[in-house]
Amino acid sequence: MSFLEVKNLNISYPTRKETIVASKDVEFTLERGEILGIVGESGSGKSTIANAIINLIDPPGEITSGSIKIDNYELRDNEELIQKIRGKKIGFVFQDPQTSLNPLFKIKDQLIETIQTHLNLNYQDALKKSIQLLEEVGIDNAEKRIEDYPHQFSGGMRQRVVIALAISCEPDLIIADEPTTALDVSIQHQILELLKDLTKKRNLGVIIITHDMGVIAETTDKVIVMRHGLIVEQGDTKELLTNPKSNEARSLVISVPPTNKKIDRFRLISPDGKEITSDSKNLTKKIIKTWGVREKNKDKKVLQLAGVTKIFDDKSLISNFSFGSKNESTNKVEKAVDNVSFELFEGETLGLVGESGSGKSTIAKIITGLVRPSNGEIFYNDISLYNSKRKYQIDKSRGQIQMIFQDPYSSLNPRFKVRDIISEPIKLFQKNINKNELTQNLYDLIDIVGMSRQSLDRYPHEFSGGQRQRISIARALATRPSLLICDEPTSALDVSIQAQVLNLLKDIQDELHLTMLFISHDLPVIRQMCNRIVVLKNGSICETKESEELFNNPSHPYTKELIRLMPKIESII
Amino acid sequence: MLKKTFNKIYDTDIGYSFFNSKIAVISTTILFIILLCSVFAGVVSPYNPFDPASVSLMDAFTPPSWSEGGSSSFILGTDQQGRDMFSTIIYGSRISLIVGFASILFAMTLGVFLGVTAGYIGGKYEIVVMRITDVQLTIPSILMALLVNGIAKSFISQSMHSDMAIYVLIFAIGISEWPQFARVSRASTLVEKNKEYVSASRIIGLSNILIMFKHILPNILRPLLVIATIGLALAIITESTLSFLGVGVPPTTPSLGTLIRFGNSFLFSGEWWITFFPAIFLIVLALSINLLGDWMRDALNPKLKIR
Repeated sequence: MSFLEVKNLNISYPTRKETIVASKDVEFTLERGEILGIVGESGSGKSTIANAIINLIDPPGEITSGSIKIDNYELRDNEELIQKIRGKKIGFVFQDPQTSLNPLFKIKDQLIETIQTHLNLNYQDALKKSIQLLEEVGIDNAEKRIEDYPHQFSGGMRQRVVIALAISCEPDLIIADEPTTALDVSIQHQILELLKDLTKKRNLGVIIITHDMGVIAETTDKVIVMRHGLIVEQGDTKELLTNPKSNEARSLVISVPPTNKKIDRFRLISPDGKEITSDSKNLTKKIIKTWGVREKNKDKKVLQLAGVTKIFDDKSLISNFSFGSKNESTNKVEKAVDNVSFELFEGETLGLVGESGSGKSTIAKIITGLVRPSNGEIFYNDISLYNSKRKYQIDKSRGQIQMIFQDPYSSLNPRFKVRDIISEPIKLFQKNINKNELTQNLYDLIDIVGMSRQSLDRYPHEFSGGQRQRISIARALATRPSLLICDEPTSALDVSIQAQVLNLLKDIQDELHLTMLFISHDLPVIRQMCNRIVVLKNGSICETKESEELFNNPSHPYTKELIRLMPKIESII
Repeated sequence: MLKKTFNKIYDTDIGYSFFNSKIAVISTTILFIILLCSVFAGVVSPYNPFDPASVSLMDAFTPPSWSEGGSSSFILGTDQQGRDMFSTIIYGSRISLIVGFASILFAMTLGVFLGVTAGYIGGKYEIVVMRITDVQLTIPSILMALLVNGIAKSFISQSMHSDMAIYVLIFAIGISEWPQFARVSRASTLVEKNKEYVSASRIIGLSNILIMFKHILPNILRPLLVIATIGLALAIITESTLSFLGVGVPPTTPSLGTLIRFGNSFLFSGEWWITFFPAIFLIVLALSINLLGDWMRDALNPKLKIR
């Protein structure tokens, strides 16, 4: 008898038009002291299983058949038992530490409340236990910090508090749903180490749900690969990652950007198990006809930033209503970007890498004129983009600088058809274009990004995230830019889709000699995409190096730390 | 063909929600009938109450047809001038609806323009616009309308007055309702302007006017539609109140409010129907619009979506 046994679990969500099967005949077991990873692309039913175990499935979803047993107690549909067990025997760690703690209560109150609900302790003992717990999850000065409110902790610290809360009643099982997705690499490492540590020390069963194969490789003992609600493969982590048998698992593993070497294109597996080689080269030939052949001059500076600084003072953040209040906080000055200088040469890809708050997106916004710099100059082809009054001169770049955004769900106007989304920039830059030329242009663009021509007459919500990102790329190419800024273009996408989109970007760049500024927090991706890399920390540059040089011989201690801590899928192979 | 279109509408989420809400279906039906009647008032009503030839003082104070002394030619009875109540109500609702729709359109245009520009441009412009909105909100709409009406009267000559009254009324009601639209559209604009499609449009180089009114405006129409519907009911009631107080449309072209005012003076002498029927009609009209607006608010709210 195993500690946790899930058998034959079927969960479905009936909607008005059809019933969506979120989990079909799912079976697995978990022992104490073991970490089980559940991976799969978005919508594969990973979280549904976790929610089923604690009976937190949102209506109208329901468990149609199957059993879930902990220590041989049947949990399914047993609301009374679940109430007792949830929190006491099962601890839950959610994805977003910003919202999983109640902002109105002190850490102390949240911990003590949970402890007193499940354990028979008086206030003093509960308080003592809370302090112990905080110390156990690695919060310094726990006795004092316990009086603080959640907002006084950083993201990583808050996730530690959430873990402390999850283990407060000495549970036997911890379910962590994407526990580190919202965190930076260095904090992710700490949290995963903490979870591993606790598993051993307390002999817990742990389920980690994630889409990050690096996390799976570094933490789990066993792994389940899911797709469309089905378990396609499960087994020992090392075994599965080195030798995946099903096509789905192979496609997941093979598309992960390698951290230890640079490859030309990402490898992809089609659903029938064959490896796909990208074939968009012929398509871009076509566009060259209309765009004209572009010369590539490696020594030409396309973009140059000189001493760019951006200060967000609290005055501008709180807005202009706080008349006369002159306490210290209103004068606090935060340098989002601090004296940043770098240049981009024609045809190269420059990577901007850094953790959240390092100012990488702000730099992109300054280059595109969405945010004004407080100081410094930006030159595009040796012409300054800001005039003497610090006003952005959009006509200086004439559509030559375009951007691809992070969130494919908000970057396309939901009320516009794809045709209108892409033709808007074309019309703006070729005022006298006739209808035939416009259609031809649209077809070229939609062909290049690998979408069907029928998709022009649909609305964005009819497409998946990856497809929307392709539409976004088509829109960015519509003005025939020479500089493309990609702000985390794939961080919202699944691995195999990410590989497709990144391959597409590489193809386009090769054919059109685009210069790219590639912004990401994901080091393996940056390594595969970029020729040179700029490492940012707290708004200033740590180092700028050729990409292979940076990964093989990082010189700045921060870069060394980042590279050491990034989860590596190769670590167990 | 018709069935196909119906099925298509029924298939959408909003259509499904509509046909499964009794209140929405009933109130829409009532509204539809009222709208048709007032548009085709000349065909529907048995008499033209404003044509002196068809009115006879002999018929004055005829009670409704079913009560004692009633006449089958006047279903709801007649007023003090012998006008058929049923006809006057239909013609009156026409005036009320025209004033309601026109003033909401006016309020919406003004409010949405100020709200969207304030939200998008920000800075000092936003502060000024939103403070004016706040000040405006502290003045009760009836008072505002009375004020505008009073000022207008002193500018417009007596002879022009009855011709201009309806425009003054539309302006007065519109000016007291726009802050709602300004607030909602500013708040929605603030949300939309931080979305990446707006940034993309800015990078492409679209002008601010295009971004505001071609990109942002279609995306904030849902909440505006809801407050416009509820605002319509409010505008009709405000119009009736003003007419009841005697500062609305002139007695020669009576609206529902004017009819209620006329009838009010006969209420205690026993001729209850002169004020009763217009009042009931007004209540049904306003209630239907409000219930429809309530349904719309729930149906268009993604958080309350029931499948």
